Amino acid sequence: MKPAPFTYHRPETLDDALDLLATHGDDAKVLAGGQSLIPLMALRMGRPGHVVDIGRIAGLDSITVGADGDVTIGALVRHEQTRTSTDVATHAPLIATAMPWVAHRAIRSRGTVLGSIAHGDPAAEMPAVVLATEPTLIARSSSGVREIAAADFFHGYLDTALRADEILTEVRFPAWSPNAVGAVVEVARRHGDYALVGMAAMLTVDGDTISSAALAYFGAASTAIRVPDAEQALVGATVSADTFDAAAAIVSAELSPPPDIHASAAYRRHLAGVLTVRGLSAATAEIGADA
Amino acid sequence: MTADRLAAEESAGGSIVDVALTVNGRSAPVRVEARRTLSDVLREDVGLTGTHLGCEHGVCGACTVLIDGQPARSCLLLAAQVDGAEITTIEGLAEPDGTLHPIQQAMMQAHGFQCAFCAPGFLMSAVALLADNPQPTRSEIREELAGNLCRCTGYQSIVDGVEIAVRRMNGDSSGGSS
Repeated sequence: MKPAPFTYHRPETLDDALDLLATHGDDAKVLAGGQSLIPLMALRMGRPGHVVDIGRIAGLDSITVGADGDVTIGALVRHEQTRTSTDVATHAPLIATAMPWVAHRAIRSRGTVLGSIAHGDPAAEMPAVVLATEPTLIARSSSGVREIAAADFFHGYLDTALRADEILTEVRFPAWSPNAVGAVVEVARRHGDYALVGMAAMLTVDGDTISSAALAYFGAASTAIRVPDAEQALVGATVSADTFDAAAAIVSAELSPPPDIHASAAYRRHLAGVLTVRGLSAATAEIGADA
Repeated sequence: MTADRLAAEESAGGSIVDVALTVNGRSAPVRVEARRTLSDVLREDVGLTGTHLGCEHGVCGACTVLIDGQPARSCLLLAAQVDGAEITTIEGLAEPDGTLHPIQQAMMQAHGFQCAFCAPGFLMSAVALLADNPQPTRSEIREELAGNLCRCTGYQSIVDGVEIAVRRMNGDSSGGSS
């Protein structure tokens, strides 16, 4: 339960960190909060020859609200920082809603939001929040900057669009529409543990008619995953229990969650449906419709 | 002996780092393997064995300490990451004259623990909780302490102890009778 030996780097600038990654490539891992990487290394599931600790690089720990109301989160912003940020609560409320579900206080105080996204655990909350809210993910390497769309970011189990020489330095969440509502709900064996299944919902609503819908599930596939057929069933429908039940039925029919020691595939499919109704009801609770 | 250990680490390709920690108000500079976790440094290099290690991968919470006032799992951090930080461990809770911290007194009164292997982590988590939220409800206490595992008590006596501490720290000197 101890990490294997590695060469430790603690660069002071982003350029130095990117140069190190350019040199060591696949044999290097980026260390930010370490709340996923350190246990992986302790369990010897990961054994990098080089660890690049970006924790002392200045300028990566800010939450910035743009003129349009978009919110940019830097690579060293910790979960707890977003949980208590009024800017996040106002301009990126789905992140704030997700935070109480993310691990425990002692892990949120060290773990970073972008680290969770870059790690890409299929049972974690933030990848689903990314799929639901569709931010732009900004990756830097020594050869330049590239912007990755949320829909293109998660490739498979702990596998993302990031290359070995890149750091996810910022994620820019689009402005939250005045008509938008959202919720994050999950079922876990113990509060703060990885979810058996969870979901992040974002809707825009005109009056009591749903005009757009994004439903993103975690713990339900090899990555966080959306269910477009259920979303399409919601668009144009009114906010009602029948509408939500219909979407839930589609979700349960279409998802094929993997079984593990904690829950069977059938139970997870059932939970995904239950959570669909719960999430949509929570998201629309303040609209005044009796969903 | 430490020199032999560090030489072996270097020949195995591992970095050696100098880490300047302040632990419970005292300077504690150490020279250790970069892969050494904060929990191992506290126990093996600084000699403070009150911080306990259960799972060593972030599940049990026994190793919880405060880092610059914030709770953290010391097994999920390399000591190198917290170079320069102020660490508070269970040994730092009581007054220098041995007077126990109110949360320690309350846990005694509630018979909060049985074997008490988990106690250091629960106490540090409770201290962090009460610093953020001086008057938590019982359900808030349960939720905040969900990151710590106890295999003896079934948790009721631990939550009772925190409730007693809440009452004491908010001016009720009797601490209640639960």
